[in-house]
Amino acid sequence: MSPPEKRKFTRRRFLKNSGYVVGGVLGGGILTEVISKQFRTNAPADEETNEKLTHALTYFTKKEDFNVLAQVTELIFPEDESGPGAIALGVPFYIDKQLSSAWGYNARDYMQGPFYKGEPTQGYQTSMLRHEIFSAGIEKIKEYSEATFNRPFLELEEEEQISVLKAFENDEVEMKGVMSSQFFALLRGATLEGVYADPLYGGNEQMNGWKMKKYPGNKMSYLEVIDSEEFYDEPPSSLHAHMEDSSNER
Amino acid sequence: MAQELEKVDVVTVGVGWTGGIIAAECAKEGLSVVGLERGKGRSIEDYFMIHDELRYAVRYELMQDVSKETITFRNHPKQRALPMRQMGSFLLGEGLGGAGIHWNGQTHRFLPYDFEIKTKTIEKYGEDKLKNGIFLQDWGITYDELEPYFDRFEKTCGISGEENPYGGKRSNPYPTPPMKETPITKRARTAAENLGLKPFMTPSGNLSERYENPDGQVINACQYCAFCERFGCEYGAKSDPTITVIPTAQETGNFELRTHANVVEILHNDGMATGVRYIDVQSGEEYIQPANVVVLTSYVLNNTKLLLVSKLGTPYNRENGTGHVGKNYCYQVNASATGFFENEQFNTFMGAGALGTCIDDYNGDNFDHSDVDFLHGGVGTVGHTGIRPILSNPVPPGTPLWGKEFKEKSLYYFTRHLGIGFQGASLPHVNNYLDLDPTYKDAYGVPLLRMTYNFTDQDRKLHSFLSEKATEFVKEMGADIVTEGEELGDYDIVPYQTTHNTGGTPMGDDPALSTVNNFLQMWESENTFVVGASNFAHNSGYNPTGTVGALAYRAAEGIIRYSREGGMLV
Ligand SMILES: Cc1cc2nc3c(=O)[nH]c(=O)nc-3n(C[C@H](O)[C@H](O)[C@H](O)COP(=O)(O)OP(=O)(O)OC[C@H]3O[C@@H](n4cnc5c(N)ncnc54)[C@H](O)[C@@H]3O)c2cc1C
Ligand code: SF4
Repeated sequence: MSPPEKRKFTRRRFLKNSGYVVGGVLGGGILTEVISKQFRTNAPADEETNEKLTHALTYFTKKEDFNVLAQVTELIFPEDESGPGAIALGVPFYIDKQLSSAWGYNARDYMQGPFYKGEPTQGYQTSMLRHEIFSAGIEKIKEYSEATFNRPFLELEEEEQISVLKAFENDEVEMKGVMSSQFFALLRGATLEGVYADPLYGGNEQMNGWKMKKYPGNKMSYLEVIDSEEFYDEPPSSLHAHMEDSSNER
Repeated sequence: MAQELEKVDVVTVGVGWTGGIIAAECAKEGLSVVGLERGKGRSIEDYFMIHDELRYAVRYELMQDVSKETITFRNHPKQRALPMRQMGSFLLGEGLGGAGIHWNGQTHRFLPYDFEIKTKTIEKYGEDKLKNGIFLQDWGITYDELEPYFDRFEKTCGISGEENPYGGKRSNPYPTPPMKETPITKRARTAAENLGLKPFMTPSGNLSERYENPDGQVINACQYCAFCERFGCEYGAKSDPTITVIPTAQETGNFELRTHANVVEILHNDGMATGVRYIDVQSGEEYIQPANVVVLTSYVLNNTKLLLVSKLGTPYNRENGTGHVGKNYCYQVNASATGFFENEQFNTFMGAGALGTCIDDYNGDNFDHSDVDFLHGGVGTVGHTGIRPILSNPVPPGTPLWGKEFKEKSLYYFTRHLGIGFQGASLPHVNNYLDLDPTYKDAYGVPLLRMTYNFTDQDRKLHSFLSEKATEFVKEMGADIVTEGEELGDYDIVPYQTTHNTGGTPMGDDPALSTVNNFLQMWESENTFVVGASNFAHNSGYNPTGTVGALAYRAAEGIIRYSREGGMLV
């Protein structure tokens, strides 16, 4: 194992040292710090450094884009008294992984042309793949913020950021190939998935999404309690438990 | 080109409930049967990781891969139909057992009224009751004639239930007792009784106890695990074809199953089917499977599509009203209400696919329609099916759908809401039909099926009636906030509604108005049988599979008789 000193010499440090990092490139200064701090929660970690080794990117190429994604998921599902928000739950990493997966590439969707706009009742009709919609949407969020507020999205006040998202939700933003509301619906859907999908996908850290909702995750049987008048308030379990349970080896 | 294989007695296109029943019954009688299934094989061993909402309920892992084949859709004949690029409104089955793997198991029988809907409606209300492009047809069979087959299907599945007070006469009680009552089903029962209605437990294919069916197949006791609808059952406790009829067929030694076999055409000559052409989807090789009897058991959509692409049977022509293949396409009208409770918490996340309390007081002609402007109705169900956190985020009306308030309320009400859903019946309309798309093709170069469908006036009136009943019911359950029904807009292919598609190859006693007779034998091709909800002349206010299973047993009897005697069976 490499000594901690050496490991700290990360790509980010390298970029900083090389003078490459200026303001917007890594996202809005302070906010980036806050976000990266929030990321440092408790997924599978390197024993010595307590860094989460699964927290790296499979899809996004620019750190700023990932930070914008992170911030919008947090606006959709914010941290509050009841518990962590999207960032602390690992949702941005969940989405990053999904975008490079079969889902991000619409592998199981009918994607043959010709493509026409269609009526809303006819559903998804764009030739763009989900990952392309996400990239275009994030680009648009940045552009829209600059055009409306003259500042990068990550430097806006929370209320301003919310107004940006609302504009997307209400189709007040012009996008190529899709309506901005479609992008928003994808974003909202993916955020909720990251909050509540089994932790095996990289979100729902420590099953905290489930805990907040009083959802017990997957239990093998409720036979003994299904008719009980009492509320079943048990800690959740995830699919990982099946891997260790030898009774599941058929 | 295509390699011709050895002839068999019977070939089924698809191996789900209908294909499995035909295969089991025919193979038991000594007929040689080949089952061609486009998807892969599967069994209980495949459900090791089944408790995964994202993979199975959101990404539809067990269902049809629509990158290969889908349908096109439009609301009315003047629109351009476009492909259903992702599944949404309904979830099609693929792979061994078909949708019978990931169904809920709610197993009702259609009402005596349904099978003679035209006669009985005119008798009671006069000709004037039918209007605005809606047409009704009797099914060419009565409930009493079908009763023994209902009984047979229920015994195959071991259905757990108690008698529906409005149901047709039964020759036997349900094979197993109803499922457990829970605080939720009890509360619904009490509410129903307070409203003067007659509640009963949902007839369930999730079994209340271990059961051995007449073929010697064992179905285990349900664990109420809550991963039921959209999932396979890892306990073998949900009746499905892979633990009942398919092993029964296999044990005879007369059944050969071929998976990854996608049928693209029914071959025929002078009105007699000679076999089917299929593609091995792994090798890309083409085969011809000759057979004495061809049975379409490929669900509503492909039963219709395969007849149309093979040019077998007279297609429905909307312009002049002739023909029947593609006609009578119906769906369902969902009406529901949700109630939010401030001070009570329920174990909403437990349950089973067919656990619930039903009321049938507003279904069929169980209530007088003299003073209402619609026909039929729907069963109401307060389900305790087990909700999951990604797809279940109900919040009181007026709550934003994201942000702080959404988070707070969706967390709070996850275990503090109950609801009732009605499955409203759907009656055929001249403008609702299936034909072939002129533009789009599937992965094998075959045209996609085109669906032209919208809700009708009848649907809107029925919907508003049932919505009111739903709201009233949930108030009676004691909810603090109750949703009111919204107006039924245009049919939308995006949000999930129900996989209760019906029609396209209607049954009946008039060859001009129906594709098959009451043995599901084609009028225009005596050795082709078409089996499934595609035979429904209209859709009732229930889940379809109880009636589909009964019809499949009836068809199996017909096929066996035809194999011995030949000729038209009716
Ligand atoms: C989520 C869900 C819940 C449901 N819950 C209920 C319920 O509670 N109660 C109820 O009554 N019903 C329910 N249903 C409906 C029920 O699943 C169907 O009615 C039933 O499975 C239909 O059986 P089938 O044999 O007609 O068709 P399927 O089960 O669809 O089987 C058809 C088979 O044919 C194969 N096939 C299709 N085309 C071809 C081809 N060209 N070549 C080869 N093979 C082909 C398919 O892959 C499939 O395996 C539910 C359905 C879904 C999706
Ligand atoms: S609820 Fe019952 S029948 Fe359904 S999957 Fe779980 S154990 Fe099987």
